[in-house]
Amino acid sequence: MQPGEDTLEKVVCEAEVQIKNADGLHMRPAMQFVDVANQFDCDVTVSNGETNVDGKSIMQMSMLAATCGTKLKIKAEGADAQQAINALQELVEGKHFDEPTPTEQGKN
Amino acid sequence: MEIKKGIAVSPGISIARSLIIDSEDYRIPRRSINPSQRMIEIQRARNAFKDAIKELTQLEAGQESKEQRKIKDIFAVHLRFLHDRSLRKKITDLVHLESVTAEYAVSATLREIASHFTNVKDTYISERAADIYDIERRLLRRLLGQKREDVEHLTEEVAIVARELSPTQTAGFDKRYVKGLATDAGGRTSHTAIVARSLGIPAVVALEDLTEIVSGGDTVIIDGNRGIVIVNPDSETVRQYEEYSQEFAELEHKLDAIREKPAVTRDGVRITLLGNIEFPDEAELVLQKGGEGIGLYRTEFLYLNRESEPTEQDHYRAYAETISVFKHRPVIIRTVDLGADKYTQSKRFAPEPNPFLGLRSIRFCLQNLMMFKAQLRAVLRASVLGEVKIMFPLITNVAELMQAKMILRDVMEDLDEESIAYNKDIQVGIMIETPSAALMASTLARDVDFFSIGTNDLTQYTLAVDRGNELVSTLYSSVDPAVLRLIRTVVQDAHKAQIDVHVCGEMASEPEYIMLLLGMGVRTISLASPMMPEVKQIVRSVTMEDCNNLVRKVLGMNSERQIAGFLRNAARRILPEAF
Repeated sequence: MQPGEDTLEKVVCEAEVQIKNADGLHMRPAMQFVDVANQFDCDVTVSNGETNVDGKSIMQMSMLAATCGTKLKIKAEGADAQQAINALQELVEGKHFDEPTPTEQGKN
Repeated sequence: MEIKKGIAVSPGISIARSLIIDSEDYRIPRRSINPSQRMIEIQRARNAFKDAIKELTQLEAGQESKEQRKIKDIFAVHLRFLHDRSLRKKITDLVHLESVTAEYAVSATLREIASHFTNVKDTYISERAADIYDIERRLLRRLLGQKREDVEHLTEEVAIVARELSPTQTAGFDKRYVKGLATDAGGRTSHTAIVARSLGIPAVVALEDLTEIVSGGDTVIIDGNRGIVIVNPDSETVRQYEEYSQEFAELEHKLDAIREKPAVTRDGVRITLLGNIEFPDEAELVLQKGGEGIGLYRTEFLYLNRESEPTEQDHYRAYAETISVFKHRPVIIRTVDLGADKYTQSKRFAPEPNPFLGLRSIRFCLQNLMMFKAQLRAVLRASVLGEVKIMFPLITNVAELMQAKMILRDVMEDLDEESIAYNKDIQVGIMIETPSAALMASTLARDVDFFSIGTNDLTQYTLAVDRGNELVSTLYSSVDPAVLRLIRTVVQDAHKAQIDVHVCGEMASEPEYIMLLLGMGVRTISLASPMMPEVKQIVRSVTMEDCNNLVRKVLGMNSERQIAGFLRNAARRILPEAF
């Protein structure tokens, strides 16, 4: 640990989200997720209950292979942790990656 | 030290460092490196990532329209992977901790990730494994492509080790530095074998898992006389082989001394020895080894290693270069023999379920007239430069021959109209390489100036054996009694019709089969140039009476094993050093 880092505010935020789009966390949503996560300085960890992965790595995120309905725990650590959590929550649950949910898909 | 036994396909001994050529089409074997090489491999991996990122960024930028949005997204995803630090770290860690090549680390890491996807129940997600394989191939193409370029710009002598070698790969070799070839797959008549013999370097094929045993830079001994490859030999073995190699070179040297002497039997029968070539730069070697012309000029090389079809001018330039070496000695140009084993790698041809019985060779030409005519024009134009003859491959019936000749006449008329000079009396011959052509030889003989018996295909079609398939390749033998009967028929029918008959298959470069061919009435043989001195030595050591007696005995035998053994013993008596 470098000197001075101690003085930084260490914020830890957590949120549980559920995958809502029908096709799940496939490649493109995984890309959107890491793109959003990478806008922030804080560390982002995502867990599906079994494994913890780096929310900024597309390789690790896509390997979660989270299908529709899967619950994920997002943990952010760093000064802008709260903003990161808000943005990711909006992406996953608010916009569901700009993809249809199962009910929307049924209507089409 | 590890000793592997395979099939010897080109004679000689080489002791050199190995250079391994992998292909992105096959699984990359785990290959260890010297720990001191690790930084180099890590750098290679980094460069591959860098180049792949550059390539993908361009591809992504090219997808502008809305419909292309999905493709753009795919490229964007692949780019994220290539930029992913944890992926790069996984790969460099593997190189660093386990001392393996960059290719292996890339392949193993990405395949592990892909398997993760395939195991997911959700089909949509499991299909994403395809994206990972795509990324793997893009990186491997970079890494392997680099190595392929290395083969074209060698600075030290190497032995090439590969799963198998395609014409495209061998066409780019820097021939001065490639000292030997060894492959996992292949048979006596595989492309690797043909190339090795034409270059005069030793080769051993069908070594099964050699590429998994050898590491790049290992010393390998390739014994093309006994069909043995020794990986990392101990110093005593190296010493023995250096001695053996010396003796072998002396024998070669002794044979070279007969180069200037004519190929005449002891009782005065003159035999003509012609060379088989694939590339124009091999023509010189044919002359050096005492060849009196070209009996088989394969023209497929013009189609390899290039994006577009060769033009008439490309054909013409290659032919003119070869003919200039031979001046007024015969040069027999075989029209393209594409398809089946020769060109299967190409994406331009739709894969056929049974390519050897499919659209290959003359059949392919007759369906691609533009291409065929361009070649015929070039051959005809080149015919004024020397003694050029034209030969059609894989003729199976009279109609095909008529059609090919009609197209040749069309091309001649075109040239007449354009007042372009060519030899109006150019000799036209056909390859006899199918049982149907052999059985119809007396009919076919009326419409051609010469026959050339292609023993490789004739054997495989007569015996129904894929010569490249290790599981049945032991059944493949050009001295099977069935094949010999066909050859004898063809030679007799040619004599009756008073046309020339040559033998140009691999059989003609087997010292032990020469007496047999002479005894059956063959007077012209066309073979790979490195074998010429040895074959000439045999010709000069025998009498026609010996050969006729030998044939009489052989034709009375009904098993291939009996015939092969008998011929080997006979040849051993004539030229003991060579066997």
